[in-house]
Amino acid sequence: MSALQICLAFSSLLFAVGLAGALARSNSILVLLGIELMLNAANLNLIAFWRFGPHGSAATGVVFVIFAIAVAAAETAVGLALIISIYRHQQSIRLEEATRLKG
Amino acid sequence: MSAALILVALATLASAAAAMSRRAILNSVLLLTVSWTGVAAFYLWAGAEFAAFAQVLIYVGAISMALMFAVLLTRRGRADLPAVPGARGRAAYAVLAGAAVAAVLLVAVAGGSFAAAPKAAPAASVRTLGGELMGPHAAALLVVGVLLTVALIGAVAIAAGPGKPEAPR
Repeated sequence: MSALQICLAFSSLLFAVGLAGALARSNSILVLLGIELMLNAANLNLIAFWRFGPHGSAATGVVFVIFAIAVAAAETAVGLALIISIYRHQQSIRLEEATRLKG
Repeated sequence: MSAALILVALATLASAAAAMSRRAILNSVLLLTVSWTGVAAFYLWAGAEFAAFAQVLIYVGAISMALMFAVLLTRRGRADLPAVPGARGRAAYAVLAGAAVAAVLLVAVAGGSFAAAPKAAPAASVRTLGGELMGPHAAALLVVGVLLTVALIGAVAIAAGPGKPEAPR
């Protein structure tokens, strides 16, 4: 097994852990965390292919990861704001109870 | 070389799995910071120092703090910890789905044929990165800056609520 395959297996497992967490939990903060883990797994892939890929150009993979991290930070900020807003309306952050979006 | 990678991978995966299975959500957030640090260690191992720096700064520093604030703002003590009926069955199905996805991906990775890796890591010094970001990717950098500004202002506006002034008592 080459180093690239170990990296890809690592990111696949991290993606699966994030997916299982996002599907299993009913706390919306934990669902957001699972999505963050899946995003991190995608970033791992980008770095792995940048490092071990056959056409490794100077910095493409790192630039891609930096943009992905920036977008993930924006997504987390908006997601947490939505969770706080839902909590203010319904006094709960369980996904089962957030069945309507009308305030 | 691979031993360090496997060690980092195991630590990251173990802390992520523990974070996803803990009942207390504050523990989950703390365990996830360990996991994100592991991802940063992987970036360091792969030779992407700037990405590791950004990962530590943004995930371990900023996002974990925002998450802790969100947890503290939205919890009602231990009362909302007990599980709802049916949660166990759903967790079983979720683990099943995760295992199925992992199996498909691992089979694809193990069976795929990849070109031979170059011996040395591609050189990505901060100078190269700065040149790339300010040269070919300048437009994308501007768009990301606008996106972050709009998203953060929107987050503040959403979290601040309708802004009804309370009547004096």
